[in-house]
Amino acid sequence: MLNARTAADPHAWLRRQARWSPWEVVFWLATIIPFYFFPTYLTLASQVAVTALFAISVDLVLGYAGIITLGHAMFFGLGAYFAGLLTKTGWGEPLSGLVLAGLFAALIGFLVSFIIVRVQHLALLMITLGLGLLTAELANSLGWLTGGTDGLQGVDVWPIFSRFEFDLWGYTAYAYALIVLFIGVVASQRIVHSSFGLSLRGVRENLTRMPAIGSPYRRHLQIAYTISAGLAGIAGAVLTQTTETVSLDSLSFQRSADVVVMLILGGTGRLYGAILGAAIFMIARDQLSGMNPQYWYFWIGVLLMVVVLVVPNGILGGLSRLVRGRGT
Amino acid sequence: MSEPVLKTESLHKSFGSLEVTRSVSIELPRGARHALIGPNGAGKTTLINLITGQLTPDSGRILLDGADITATPVAARVHRGLTRTFQINTLFPDLTPIEAVTMAVCEREGKASQFWRPLTAHAEAIGEAFEILTRLRLGDDAMRTTRHLPYGKQRLLEMALALATKPKVLLLDEPAAGVPKDESAMLFSVIAALPEDMTILFIEHDMSIVFTFATRIVVLVSGGVLLEDEPDVVRSDPRVREVYLGQAHG
Ligand SMILES: Nc1ncnc2c1ncn2[C@@H]1O[C@H](COP(=O)(O)OP(=O)(O)OP(=O)(O)O)[C@@H](O)[C@H]1O
Ligand SMILES: [Mg+2]
Repeated sequence: MLNARTAADPHAWLRRQARWSPWEVVFWLATIIPFYFFPTYLTLASQVAVTALFAISVDLVLGYAGIITLGHAMFFGLGAYFAGLLTKTGWGEPLSGLVLAGLFAALIGFLVSFIIVRVQHLALLMITLGLGLLTAELANSLGWLTGGTDGLQGVDVWPIFSRFEFDLWGYTAYAYALIVLFIGVVASQRIVHSSFGLSLRGVRENLTRMPAIGSPYRRHLQIAYTISAGLAGIAGAVLTQTTETVSLDSLSFQRSADVVVMLILGGTGRLYGAILGAAIFMIARDQLSGMNPQYWYFWIGVLLMVVVLVVPNGILGGLSRLVRGRGT
Repeated sequence: MSEPVLKTESLHKSFGSLEVTRSVSIELPRGARHALIGPNGAGKTTLINLITGQLTPDSGRILLDGADITATPVAARVHRGLTRTFQINTLFPDLTPIEAVTMAVCEREGKASQFWRPLTAHAEAIGEAFEILTRLRLGDDAMRTTRHLPYGKQRLLEMALALATKPKVLLLDEPAAGVPKDESAMLFSVIAALPEDMTILFIEHDMSIVFTFATRIVVLVSGGVLLEDEPDVVRSDPRVREVYLGQAHG
């Protein structure tokens, strides 16, 4: 009745979609390179890892669920400040600090999500933008708590497992940031490849149809937003713990906007696009601002336009099309 | 006769000064195969939007199994067994049919919030989705991206998504809209093969199809019900001939 080609098994096909590709293995092996070949860049490497995790948190809502956000630094910064303030109460244990900071950001994300899921388009943009600015201004005015423009000083993080001290050269910091990023990616992949992740893509693809198939899609969006906020908070906490300081910059609009630029560069809705975008952005900033500190954003602008015009699905989207293009 | 499964009581809806639905009261008994006909702009789609909750009526009531659902949200109506399809494809362009229909099954079962369980662990849902797709002759295309499917297959997927909700009442808004005649016959043979106790109301412009599949016809003109009767009566009614058959289809 059915020939071999058409008798494809849907279970096997869906399993293949969630499988690790060889590229991913190569990528994770490559992340070890800085330890051996670029030890002077370890600080940059940890910043890339932190930013990549932040970009992934945004990809979950923007790339998968289609929620536009221009204020996600809010959660990054809340996690960063929470982790910093926690050490000032005398508890400097990093792992529990990370978890608590993530939970705190997730809680705020959950509260905010009630507004977020009720608006769309421009209103959504304005609400996320407004909340982001509000939080940044709040941190600025609460100088007694946050240190204001001077930043939060005197953050004292204990060694990881009471053993691995955060060293001056950044070995521990990069290893720590990398491991947290890895766990973040694995967890995000698991979410993306669940029935919940599928429904998020459904929301992105067609919001009108979701209620018509009986989907309580607002609840899905709230869950996604909460998870995303928690992940952003964890990224912020890693930055605090690895740099032992928190600045207002962690809550800035610039950070919210940059992360969207990174996602567009790397490609949305594919997790690794977020990592690639963060890496390109951070490395470009490091190199270009060394040459010309004032105008480096000019080149990011050029790159952004080229990417949007030539590979609308982002650099990783373009690459994966090239690779697959030969197959089918 | 038993209690109707779906009932509307004098529904009204206006867009500004335009009255699109005027005092519409219809009843669908269990297992109905009703056709809803009327010229373009008669308010057929609007009526479906009202019944399924995409639009809120200005006045009137909607009853499903005797319960008032006038204020019930769309998704909750679907969970109670009231599902519709769309005249204009309302699909998920970047998903494959197997993904889209599996999603609909998971939503029905309330499994769509489980974010830690792999999709592939929902083997029964996937199996059911594939069974629906195969029944609608989409088995071969189940793993192709929706946007790349030919239009006729997208129409079938439109229906597959609705069937995945296991509807008691199914409202089909021009299921064969824009489909060539031979394919539309195929589409309606699929509809004819649906379980007998499923209550169906379909909108269709092709009169030969209407007279073949409908056991009863509701004629809607300018937002109001002109006539509701058996096909033979409707066919010979002079008013229907004048306002609808005569005008739109020579
Ligand atoms: N959201 C809306 N706002 C304003 N007017 C509307 C809206 N939706 C429909 N209308 C108007 O209501 C009338 C009925 O539209 P409807 O789509 O219900 O007709 P229909 O019977 O389904 O027509 P067709 O056979 O072309 O599908 C039309 O005049 C249409 O322009
Ligand atoms: Mg219509």
